[in-house]
Amino acid sequence: MVKIILKDIPDLAKVDVYTKNGGYEMLKKCVTEMKPDDVIAEVKKSNLRGRGGACFPTGMKWSFMPKGNEKPKYLVCNGDESEPGSFKDREIFEKNPHQFIEGALIACYAMGCKAAYVYIRGEYWKWINIMEEAVADTYKKGFAGKKLFGSDFSVDIYVHKGAGAYICGEESSMLNSLEGKRAYPRVKPPFPAAVGVWGMPTTVNNIETLANVPEIIRHGGEWFSKIGEPKHPGTLLYGVSGHVNKPGVYEIETGIPLKSLIDDYCGGVKNGKQIKMVIPGGSSMPPLTREEALTVKMDAESLKAIESAIGTAGVIVMDEDTDLIKVLKRITKFYYHESCGQCTPCREGCGWMLRVLDRLDKGEGRIEDLDLLINVAENIEGNTICALGDAAAWPVKWTIRKFRAEFEAKCKNDKYQLPVLNKVHSIRHTPAYDNIRIYNENNVVEDLIGKVQENLNREDETFS
Amino acid sequence: MTETIEKPLFSEEEMKTVNMHLDKYPTKMSAIMPILWMLQDKYGWLSEDNMKYAGDLLNLPYEHVLGVATFYTMYFKKPMGKYHLQICTNVSCMLCGGDKLFQYVSEKLGIKNNHVTPDGIFSIEEVECLGSCGTAPMMQINNKEFYENLTLENVDKLLNDLRMKAGANG
Repeated sequence: MVKIILKDIPDLAKVDVYTKNGGYEMLKKCVTEMKPDDVIAEVKKSNLRGRGGACFPTGMKWSFMPKGNEKPKYLVCNGDESEPGSFKDREIFEKNPHQFIEGALIACYAMGCKAAYVYIRGEYWKWINIMEEAVADTYKKGFAGKKLFGSDFSVDIYVHKGAGAYICGEESSMLNSLEGKRAYPRVKPPFPAAVGVWGMPTTVNNIETLANVPEIIRHGGEWFSKIGEPKHPGTLLYGVSGHVNKPGVYEIETGIPLKSLIDDYCGGVKNGKQIKMVIPGGSSMPPLTREEALTVKMDAESLKAIESAIGTAGVIVMDEDTDLIKVLKRITKFYYHESCGQCTPCREGCGWMLRVLDRLDKGEGRIEDLDLLINVAENIEGNTICALGDAAAWPVKWTIRKFRAEFEAKCKNDKYQLPVLNKVHSIRHTPAYDNIRIYNENNVVEDLIGKVQENLNREDETFS
Repeated sequence: MTETIEKPLFSEEEMKTVNMHLDKYPTKMSAIMPILWMLQDKYGWLSEDNMKYAGDLLNLPYEHVLGVATFYTMYFKKPMGKYHLQICTNVSCMLCGGDKLFQYVSEKLGIKNNHVTPDGIFSIEEVECLGSCGTAPMMQINNKEFYENLTLENVDKLLNDLRMKAGANG
């Protein structure tokens, strides 16, 4: 069992222990013996893919940075980690902060960055303090600052504290946040490698991605590329939570069967119950049914094959007694709360989905509501500047598709009348729509006024 | 409200920290988040005067500072209790009883989300995932310390301890 980041060395978080175990040697090796392009080539060879969710090849991302030093370049380390279900970065900050710092400094050298900014979510007060201390130690030992190891390379590293906004985890909004603005995502292109923070070329990398880099340099890219699944090599920090006996963060190679992760590492499902649903990579990823969860392997390609995604590898396990409507409502409430409000489909759509889910949760929903939800979700997906729109749409769309029977069972038939507009909307492509249109116009309007009022009265409760 | 603030809100010592933050970034505007944090740590929340002062320090209009302060949930735009209890009710915590915990604390203190108790000791907030999913359910107090693996019993004890502490300090 290979452990790259969470090694079993006591007190590794202390700079002295870290340097005794070969720490910062790789930074020295890079700066004094290797050319920046060689470092990038090694990372490319390792086939390391980003750990933030998009799984973009890291070496390739680095090579997008312009060469030369006409403009200052920056590295931004994404430690915003706000995706519900993921709690891996805090484990790195706590157990092995210096390996991450070393990785960030090597990345700065490879891309010629002037400084690295470590953006950590404001809620991580304890871990921000740990990181600030770790960064200060790095300076004290002379591993950061001016003219490292007698070379011409100078680099600074700073910790930036966020203030509680999920959207800051999106790379371009993180740049706006660093600039001291409201954290709205930017329209791409231009990509951060061309116009990033303060208008300068910037690369944004996840904390876990950077923490892998020193070991790649130490053992070579080829060594890394042979760990786990060839198409998505290395280890992942799986954060398992929900209904399991031993929740926590486990560092395991990619490609481990999800069943083995739950049973062998996390001690199985609580109280010996069966799995009902598993979210494989943070709340925005399409969920897995029990059958899928028992057979799937945990890596980017295997999950992609069954139309889900690895995301941040934050696994949330739900047992057979879980009320999926409540879960979905809570997930949607999160995205409703965190939508930055820039794009209409996401800002309005999340509220609509929440209202319909609330109705379903109260047992007042109708069968048509399920298609209505999918319809709204599909109109958010792909129509927003950033991926938060997709993140909000996917769980709704896929949970209903995969667990439709459960949702239908909670729907009421006939007794409860939907507001007319919703009703019309949900049957738009069916023959019933034509019947509505020939319906006496005056009646429709009267009906509508009454139902809209009814809906407004209920809204206060939902959003209190 | 057009008069300028005569007395600086930060002491000389604190101005050193401000300058340290200013040195970190190539533009002055970037230091707004750390400075708002400093003001909130000192005064407990961000009043209009505080925000105006931050704007004066950074040559930014008050509107910009207000815009930033209102975007982020961790900046308090109104005074909160001495102990601000932030309880996560997101999926992982909910599966382990986080929503029930929130309801319990809310009923016990007799206040709703984002409200303060009449004695000013407690306020509660329903927060989104704080990255403590493996140790759910959890609570953060005053944007700082995490309290994890909570049950209704140890929450009772925690609240009592905090109340005692608040009483002892006057």
